[in-house]
Amino acid sequence: MSSTVLITILSLSLLAFMSAVILYFVAQKFKVYEDPRIDEVQAVLPAANCGACGFAGCRNMAEALVRADSFDGLNCPVGGAPVMAEAARILGKVALVVDPTVAVLKCNGSPEFSPRTSAYNGASDCRIANSLYTGETDCSYGCLGNGDCERSCAFDALHMDMATGLPVISDEKCVSCGACVKACPRNLIELRKKAKKDRKIYVACSNCDKGGPARKACKVACIACGKCQKACAFNAITIENNLAYIDAVKCTFCRKCAGECPTNAIIELNFPPKKPKVEAEAEAANG
Amino acid sequence: MLKTFPIGGVHPPENKLTADIPIEYLPVPDKVIIPVSQHIGSPANPVVAKGDTVKAGQIIAAGKGFVSANIHSSVSGKVSKIDLAADSSGYRQTAVFIDVEGDDWIDTIDRSNDLVRDIKLSPEEIVKRCFESGIVGLGGATFPSHVKLTVPSGKKCDVLIINGVECEPYLTSDHRLMLERGEQILVGVTILMKALKVEKAMVGIENNKPGAIANMTRLSASFKGITVHPLKVKYPQGAEKQLVKALMHREVPSGRLPIDVGAVVHNVGTAYAVYEAVQKNKPLFERVVTVTGKSLTKPGNYMVRTGTPLIKLIEAAGGIPGNTGKIINGGPMMGKAVSNTDVPVVKGMSGVILVPLEESVREKIKPCIRCAKCVSACPLNLEPYLLMALSERSLFERAEIERITDCMECGSCSFICPAGRPLLDYIRLGKSNVIKMARQRNLK
Repeated sequence: MSSTVLITILSLSLLAFMSAVILYFVAQKFKVYEDPRIDEVQAVLPAANCGACGFAGCRNMAEALVRADSFDGLNCPVGGAPVMAEAARILGKVALVVDPTVAVLKCNGSPEFSPRTSAYNGASDCRIANSLYTGETDCSYGCLGNGDCERSCAFDALHMDMATGLPVISDEKCVSCGACVKACPRNLIELRKKAKKDRKIYVACSNCDKGGPARKACKVACIACGKCQKACAFNAITIENNLAYIDAVKCTFCRKCAGECPTNAIIELNFPPKKPKVEAEAEAANG
Repeated sequence: MLKTFPIGGVHPPENKLTADIPIEYLPVPDKVIIPVSQHIGSPANPVVAKGDTVKAGQIIAAGKGFVSANIHSSVSGKVSKIDLAADSSGYRQTAVFIDVEGDDWIDTIDRSNDLVRDIKLSPEEIVKRCFESGIVGLGGATFPSHVKLTVPSGKKCDVLIINGVECEPYLTSDHRLMLERGEQILVGVTILMKALKVEKAMVGIENNKPGAIANMTRLSASFKGITVHPLKVKYPQGAEKQLVKALMHREVPSGRLPIDVGAVVHNVGTAYAVYEAVQKNKPLFERVVTVTGKSLTKPGNYMVRTGTPLIKLIEAAGGIPGNTGKIINGGPMMGKAVSNTDVPVVKGMSGVILVPLEESVREKIKPCIRCAKCVSACPLNLEPYLLMALSERSLFERAEIERITDCMECGSCSFICPAGRPLLDYIRLGKSNVIKMARQRNLK
């Protein structure tokens, strides 16, 4: 009896020892060297795996950062400058300054401005509605309101407003990952450079039709009249395909264009209320 | 035992309200809008300019490339502008606007009603004439007919199949044509046989049209090689592959065309248009459109010039009833709702259905319980519930493996689904994405 137990213990121990030896040599033979800095960089990254950087996930991004000679073209918009600076410190490289951006919706076609001419009763998916017809309004460029962007947002930054039928983007929560930009079948969402105090001035319209049909479909459509372009002293406004576009980099936020726009297609957000002209001039004179 | 296709299919209520109403000519409207793209393939190039005077039958846009079709003026008058106009989807595309003056036709058209049986043209000339006359498949797909008549080298066509099935509920335009223009259709079939160099043509007609079957059978006795075959009623028998299977017991493989099994399929409406083009020299600028609906006061089958605003056609049928919820361009199974009644009638418009509000609202979407009714209904052996799930999640590579591009969008799956799921909506989405993906891959 006792000998059976002894033999069992001994044979199993021997077997275990031999396996351990084999495994040790196999592990040595097939060892994969992994840069320990990849783990370090990955720990710094936001772990959102959103794909905003262009890679499948944060691990891929970390590998790319470690492998790269310079950070040119590599940026994590979610983490922003602090994260990139930290990654640069670990890797002993220089982080490039990339302006933070935020998503804006280039459509303002709520039922108040853009009358509904039909009712959509199909599958609640913008991609499907877009392939079937122009949508509930006569504007074939405007928001369809089925919320593909809302479903694509992993950061809870975008919600459909039931009253206007348009998505509302939260500046605080938006990390400009670009998921909504890809989700929108009508390319209505743009990532624009963030200005201080979240100030924004942009053309909230994507209608490329001529002035007449555009205006007929929506009261706040850009009719490409060119007034904003003339008013702009900084050449920030271009008109292409019957649509004005304000370059967020050249724009100095003087707000002259918004005052000129006959259809109120240019939206200004988060600015202090405009002072009456006389007061403003007096203030300028006082310096 | 009547012939039919073996796999899948559904039996929607027929509702052929206009089957006994003869074709009526719709008066020429005072304005027409003629889109330059009324077919599958590249849009035609306008060849007239603003201010030009045109006659009915005059070419106003020339087909570009092989898969394209000429567009002809349907009226006489002055070109008021060439501009963008909304089509039935609401999207704007190039169209020629003509203000109508009188009703002059170009001199070469034989306007008499005499039947011309002698075919003078050679096969090559017939194909050329079909291209020149802008003939496209009038069953609804509007594929340019001259392409189908050009048999690719290495392939052989031995049977011409004529599609008189009209399996879509409500529609009766082909039915009326077979009753009223049977002889012309059969001459058209003979012309198509000559062009394809085949000795045999089979006309397939569903058994719910006994009048058309009797008429065509009687008339076909004096035409060599043409036989008429009654078919068991089942949707979608009018689809090419299903019809080939039903009539010839030949299965068109996945991703192939009927020509790969030696068949070419043309619609009876197309055969009539071919007759008019070849024997009467009349290009395709008018067609029969069924205007129907349960609450319509004067539903009927109307011979309409292309470019006529849809509202004129509906007014002729008694105007839009108050309880209308949806106006469908095409049949109730495959047609699409129009967003605007100013859109023009085009070559592919076989019917207009005014659906009452209570019937037009879709069911509430409930979860899929994998009952597999859609799988049994699919005539192409696909798994619609799976294709929908894949498209919904944008898994297009997998959808391609599951042969999503085989889908012909017949809508049997959406029709049969007890949970009211928008199967076809999502499959269509997936299909267009897979096609886009494949095209990009081919470019590389």
